[in-house]
Amino acid sequence: MSVNELFKKELKVINMGLESFYEELRSQDVETIHVDWKPAAGGDKKMASLLGRLKGL
Amino acid sequence: MANFIETANKKALEIMQNAQPTLVGMGVAKDVVPGMHKKLIMHAGPPITWDKMSGPLRGAVIGGLIYEGLATTPEEAEKLAASGEIEFDPCHHHQAVGPMAGVVTASMPVFIVENKTQGNFAYCTMNEGLGNVLRFGAYGDDVIKHLKWMEKTLYPVMKQALEIYGPIDLKTMIAQAAQMGDEVHNRNKAATSLFIREIASSIVKTDASKEDQVAVFDFLNSNDHFFLNLSMPASKSAMDPVGKVKHSTIVYTMARNGTEFGIRVAALGDRWFTGPAAIIDGLYFPGYSTDDANPDIGDSCITETYGIGGFAMATAPAIVQFVGGTPQDAVNYTTSMYEITLEESTIYKMPPMNFRGTPTGIDIRLVVETQILPVINTGIASKHAGVGQVGAGIVNPPMNCFTDALEAYVELLESEGMLG
Repeated sequence: MSVNELFKKELKVINMGLESFYEELRSQDVETIHVDWKPAAGGDKKMASLLGRLKGL
Repeated sequence: MANFIETANKKALEIMQNAQPTLVGMGVAKDVVPGMHKKLIMHAGPPITWDKMSGPLRGAVIGGLIYEGLATTPEEAEKLAASGEIEFDPCHHHQAVGPMAGVVTASMPVFIVENKTQGNFAYCTMNEGLGNVLRFGAYGDDVIKHLKWMEKTLYPVMKQALEIYGPIDLKTMIAQAAQMGDEVHNRNKAATSLFIREIASSIVKTDASKEDQVAVFDFLNSNDHFFLNLSMPASKSAMDPVGKVKHSTIVYTMARNGTEFGIRVAALGDRWFTGPAAIIDGLYFPGYSTDDANPDIGDSCITETYGIGGFAMATAPAIVQFVGGTPQDAVNYTTSMYEITLEESTIYKMPPMNFRGTPTGIDIRLVVETQILPVINTGIASKHAGVGQVGAGIVNPPMNCFTDALEAYVELLESEGMLG
């Protein structure tokens, strides 16, 4: 499907990341769901590394 | 040893799910609690010294010393507490738990709860009711007089009634209460009612005078929190054996002493991981505010550790009138706890969640990964000794308890050559 075709349809958006993108779409009455996503360990590299070492154990 | 963490956690979860907490009787602390002696004061939370204790814990220690006859005035009690002559040790180091300040002294009567599956025991005093009570740091004459009534009148009646009745299956009682609107931490109305219904005829059969029996019934009926001091040792008896499972990342203790919050993790044994206890977000009684609040205190979050209490708030919508928020908030709290737990309870089911089991088995890895902290509902003590409860609300442990534990866990595996 081309991008142009997509935008001719009714948009249903799943937003991940910045919540302001979700709020902006909602303000324009676009059906949107915001995924409450955060990077592992809130982006703490040390903790993410420790968790990584435990994967699969 | 592939999947050894998963195997260890599976074993820990089996121990939790199969626990059979059973009330088997009562005794006096010095006779039944391991290590108890006349000059030992047990308290809630991780270890703490007198100089670091907050107001309500100091108040409860003062009351405990007066109750034991080791001091006659608050000034004398304070002097004795600071002298080094008194030993302070967490309830958790003696197979016991205590709500709020959690002070237990040698002469106090305690419930004896046995986990029939594992054969271990847990102990807890009887709940004093609301108002001016020792557990919130009050130590006036009325508090001591009430404790003496509990020792001299309530205890003999309850002890004999339990001997007449026989063991009481607390697991089934908690499961029933969870379907009647209790989460058995800050809402124990249904569980207390079920307990009274169960024990009533045995109380009538005791040798106590009719007057004393009526006084006992009136006290039980006036105290919606009476069952808290049974749900806590029930949880403790279920969680203690989890603390012996090697390599498990499951939290088996959460507790606060009013200054620090502490957790213990199965793989890391008796080691506490602590951080500053938080001020509670909640509803304050008229005339009080956060300015009056002491930081978080009490062993009662052993219920959340076991997967009930704040983790089961969805099943207790009425509790929001006590701790704040809306019934939807209660559902949201419970739902978020599935993100940091490994299983759902096979016995504690919640009607508002389509009879889904409560979130069970907090994994430190999931807490650090998701940054979602355990939800605890709790009473709020005044920061001043001798005042008592000023409200109730919701609180979380500090994140560093979990990140420190995760670091220690990785270090442990490294030292054992378990990491590649």
